[in-house]
Amino acid sequence: MAAPAVEIERYSVRFGEFQALHDVSLSVPEGAFVAIVGPNGAGKSTLLKALLGLEQGLLRDGPTRIAGSIRVLGHPPREVPPGWVGYVPQVKGFDRSFPALALEVVVSGLRRHWPFVVSREERRRASEVLEKVGALHLANRRLGRLSGGELQRVYLARSLIRRPRLLLLDEPATGVDVVGEADLYRHLEAYQAESGATILMITHDWEAAQHHASAVLVLNRRVIGYGPPEKVLCHECLSQAFGHVGHAHQVILGGR
Amino acid sequence: MLEALQLPFMQRALLAGLLVGALASYLGVLVVQRRLSFLGDGLAHAAFAGVALGLLLQQDPLWVAIPFAVGVSLLITWVREKSSLGDDTAIGIFFAVSVALGVLFMSLRQGFAPDAVAYLFGSILTVTSTDLGLMGLIALGVVLLAPLWRYWAYATFDRELALADRLPVIRHDYLLSALIALVVVVSVKVVGIVLIAAFVVIPAATARLLSQTFAAMTLVSVLIGTLSVLPGLAAAYLFDLPAGSAIVLIQALLFVLALLLRR
Repeated sequence: MAAPAVEIERYSVRFGEFQALHDVSLSVPEGAFVAIVGPNGAGKSTLLKALLGLEQGLLRDGPTRIAGSIRVLGHPPREVPPGWVGYVPQVKGFDRSFPALALEVVVSGLRRHWPFVVSREERRRASEVLEKVGALHLANRRLGRLSGGELQRVYLARSLIRRPRLLLLDEPATGVDVVGEADLYRHLEAYQAESGATILMITHDWEAAQHHASAVLVLNRRVIGYGPPEKVLCHECLSQAFGHVGHAHQVILGGR
Repeated sequence: MLEALQLPFMQRALLAGLLVGALASYLGVLVVQRRLSFLGDGLAHAAFAGVALGLLLQQDPLWVAIPFAVGVSLLITWVREKSSLGDDTAIGIFFAVSVALGVLFMSLRQGFAPDAVAYLFGSILTVTSTDLGLMGLIALGVVLLAPLWRYWAYATFDRELALADRLPVIRHDYLLSALIALVVVVSVKVVGIVLIAAFVVIPAATARLLSQTFAAMTLVSVLIGTLSVLPGLAAAYLFDLPAGSAIVLIQALLFVLALLLRR
């Protein structure tokens, strides 16, 4: 059996007085599609950043204390070859005032630094990936002129161009319309089918998570539930995560 | 006009102006895009404190101002890395402390200080060959570090992605802030403490209005920063104006034109 893509053992992060993650243990097999759900402040983004080796200095007031261990594709997070991991951050963090063309953003994912001049070969490869995510027409558009959904596609292309073995997405469906969201899942599943990559994706959309993910992680600073969607997204585990299950969630989850 | 260029001090003034214009507008692109526009002012006043200390100790002010301003710049960067205080706050604190120290050093010195006034407002016509040599050295350093542009640009575009790609973002930040401090200090004699921030901010801001890409912004900024020195110096020579003011006003004029002309 292949080594797990992500192996987390008794991992805890504390920012000053704030316990962001507590005693998280998790094993994600290679090729899985894991949806990470949980309330705001549940440590979902912290977990992704820990996988990237970025948990130090996330919050800078007070010392950061970390316990436990993480292995990503068989390495400690800060020793994984950077090209193995693709990361799509939250749209709200993007600086749209940076003068750049969508194509350059994609090429930066390939080079891991900023292009002064984009070579012909780079342009070809970037165009190819942009076409796959239905964004070829955006290649020469300025970053500041892209909508949230368009930006999301460009960033997805940016992460895919390096052909990552592990893809981490932080709420990629937020700010994207229903068609855009369906497209997003289609692109992710297509990439997974051709590459066998592992995907971890933070989402607020339970219904989509249920349909597309091979496993769901319900997180509220600790692991509330982890497993196949139909087992994890049950009434009891959700009540435990959220205090109560709101009406919307009951509708989404039906009688379960 | 052209016969003025036969004069050695005019040649030095022209060369110093072009060097300072190019250096400040190159690093200015990163300063402006990182929203650190206030940094130029903060470091200029750190240079002021350094100059005042140098005059008090009866040393060459430049040699005291350089370590002083570089130290302040590194400290500002350190406070930014270690706390969640805003950049403007970190810079503002050191700005104020620098001015307080500068005024203190000046008051400790006996009598009026005309030489300090020269540093406040710049005196491009008194640039010495030592000053020029120092500028040349710093320019050489900036050119040798040009390959870092792509890493600085990447971290300016998205710091988190650069960190995730395991670039030494923090080390690059310190290096950049030290370079900016060096350029500000050697520019002080040319344009003066009160005007140097304009050299850092205005060409880059103008270039930002005219450019689609960061590479283009960098080239346009250096072009504007360098070329605005020529009409500025000419006007200063012909109409007996302060050179720093004349150059900055030309830069401001170009900024207004860019604002009006951009689509």
